[in-house]
Amino acid sequence: MLNTLARMIRTGILTEPWPAAVTVPSAVEALQQDLWKILGRALSIRHVDAGSCNGCELEIHALNNPYYNLEGAGIKFVASPRHADLLLVTGPVSANMEEALRRTYDAIPDPKLVIAVGDCGTCGGIFGTSYATRGSVANVIPVSHTIAGCPPTPAAILGGILQAATVRVGA
Amino acid sequence: MNFDSFEQPTISIPSNIPCFHASLGTVEWQRAMDELKEIGATFLTLWGSDDRYPDDCDRDRCFSIHAAFLLPEGALVLSHKIDAIANPTYPSLVRAFPAAARLERATHDLLGIASTAPDQRPWHRHDAWPANHYPLRHDNLEPRTTNLKPTPYPFVQVEGDGVHEIAVGPVHAGIIEPGHFRFSVVGEKVIRLEERLGYTHRGIAKHFESATQADGHRIAARVSGDSTVAFAWAYCAALEAITATACPTRATYLRALALEHERLANHLGDLGALGNDAGFAFGLTQFSRLKEDLLRANVETFGARYLFDTIIPGGVAADLSQPAYAHLVYLYRMLDHEATGLRTIYDNHGGLQDRFREAGHLSRDLALQLGAIGLAARASGIAHDLRADHPWAPYDTVATEVVTETSGDVAARVQVRFREIFESLRLCRALLAELSHTSVDATPIKVDLPAARSGRLGIGMIEGWRGPVLIALETGPNGQIRRCHAHDPSWQNWPLLEYAILGNIVPDFPLINKSFNLSYSGQDG
Repeated sequence: MLNTLARMIRTGILTEPWPAAVTVPSAVEALQQDLWKILGRALSIRHVDAGSCNGCELEIHALNNPYYNLEGAGIKFVASPRHADLLLVTGPVSANMEEALRRTYDAIPDPKLVIAVGDCGTCGGIFGTSYATRGSVANVIPVSHTIAGCPPTPAAILGGILQAATVRVGA
Repeated sequence: MNFDSFEQPTISIPSNIPCFHASLGTVEWQRAMDELKEIGATFLTLWGSDDRYPDDCDRDRCFSIHAAFLLPEGALVLSHKIDAIANPTYPSLVRAFPAAARLERATHDLLGIASTAPDQRPWHRHDAWPANHYPLRHDNLEPRTTNLKPTPYPFVQVEGDGVHEIAVGPVHAGIIEPGHFRFSVVGEKVIRLEERLGYTHRGIAKHFESATQADGHRIAARVSGDSTVAFAWAYCAALEAITATACPTRATYLRALALEHERLANHLGDLGALGNDAGFAFGLTQFSRLKEDLLRANVETFGARYLFDTIIPGGVAADLSQPAYAHLVYLYRMLDHEATGLRTIYDNHGGLQDRFREAGHLSRDLALQLGAIGLAARASGIAHDLRADHPWAPYDTVATEVVTETSGDVAARVQVRFREIFESLRLCRALLAELSHTSVDATPIKVDLPAARSGRLGIGMIEGWRGPVLIALETGPNGQIRRCHAHDPSWQNWPLLEYAILGNIVPDFPLINKSFNLSYSGQDG
């Protein structure tokens, strides 16, 4: 136990400043306040893998590590689409996931945001349209923002989410 | 390599490890499976090809089924021709090698050639394209109907007092790939689990057919993102073997360094997630931080966090920068120190060990019977690692220790990961030392590949972090790819989970699942 506590103290707080999309020092606090005003709670994200190679998932996972600390900004991943404000979709939308993606989208209460993450989700990437893939998320459900990259870095994903949230909150 | 059941001797085919090939008739094919089972061969993969080329006189205008096995002498690829009649059929491998079952079903979905196995349910095809559309047949056009009404998938039903089903997926409650799990439970206890996968099927094999040999590695790199280095290297190894190209020595060291970094990143991530799934969030925080440190070092050394397209045919895309050496030496020392400390904490944490031990137990006998492979097999006492068994360059210069555990439970899979981290760090130091001996400017890191002759089959096999990754590449005319089959070890290991979960409680499933951490996309193709 002492060993564990000592390590926690030694590690300290590693969370870094936010990426360029929100450079104003008080932007995170302002965003948190806006989120609170509009939603009365944290911004909730549901993720759906619609045929990704799992590269994008690895980078989305990284958002929860202590360096990026997504939850520190009042943004969290939730287990049900019913609890979500924002849908994060990866992959070129495999034909086998098309129906599940539509149903997840429909299950999210309005108003909702959809972000397509990665080159596949944005434009089909290396897979494009075929018997097995629909080519991009926008071909299946309405998309509000895209984050390109193969895979995009956590900073890029974080920037994209914050931008989408800020626009939404500001609108 | 000689076998009693073969009429012809095997011939050597291009590969980065010793590899042999034989074409067998129906009776020989069946006898060969029994003989291979008898001598304890490991089943590697199965794929089919459409060889009905009307303009190609060296083809027999038939379908072919190919199976690959691993033996102490090397890999063995067997091919069997199937007449292009109305319902082409071949003798199933399932009786000897149960791990072939899903591959046989998938082969039918893609090519319309059926095995004689009793289970003929579709695997890759979820009614998103018509049943009579076989994507890998050359005379099949793209399907017109795409909005077919899905038919229910006939899961095996468990009946009895108090038995009920829990359906999970394809969309899971977390940042996870999609797949469906059907649990039959009594109270909390799982008495049967049936997996249904294929949700991320992207038609990888079809995409390879429209790619050139020079850019096929980009598709291979995206079969399973967490194993991008292993797949890209396997593809390049196959192509380089076919064209008899020697990858520059310096490039082989860089490739191995990239492969070990991939192993480290995944093992670090998994150890954190395993701690978290057992209610020890501290583990996730600590390990995800170490993983992030490694990924950031990748940016400095290879120019990217995840090493997509770092390995290219003939070599690697970029060399290490000079400051990278000192940085990596520091990184390896830090990771070694931190992982040692965290291992002590994990080992001495009563609550954590209580969850890890005896959970998801897979005995050595069952693992052998089911054809377990890679990390999961090593945790059940099966000592196979390509880096040690059939070392290819540069692993022939740095001896790799095969890490095994015997208890076959979650704790064993945790220990294998810890010990492989230390072994991997040792290899990284040795590789880095070799790299620092040769000057960056004086040594090439890439050579040009000569054109490959059409109709040549080559095998690339690389021990990825999850297990051996295999690419079977057949060249076409004018630098095209005739057929490329990418195999992820998850194919063999997904069925293990169905057995490992038996008798455990439902809340332990995420932990047991994570201890295998199999790829959905790698298996779905």
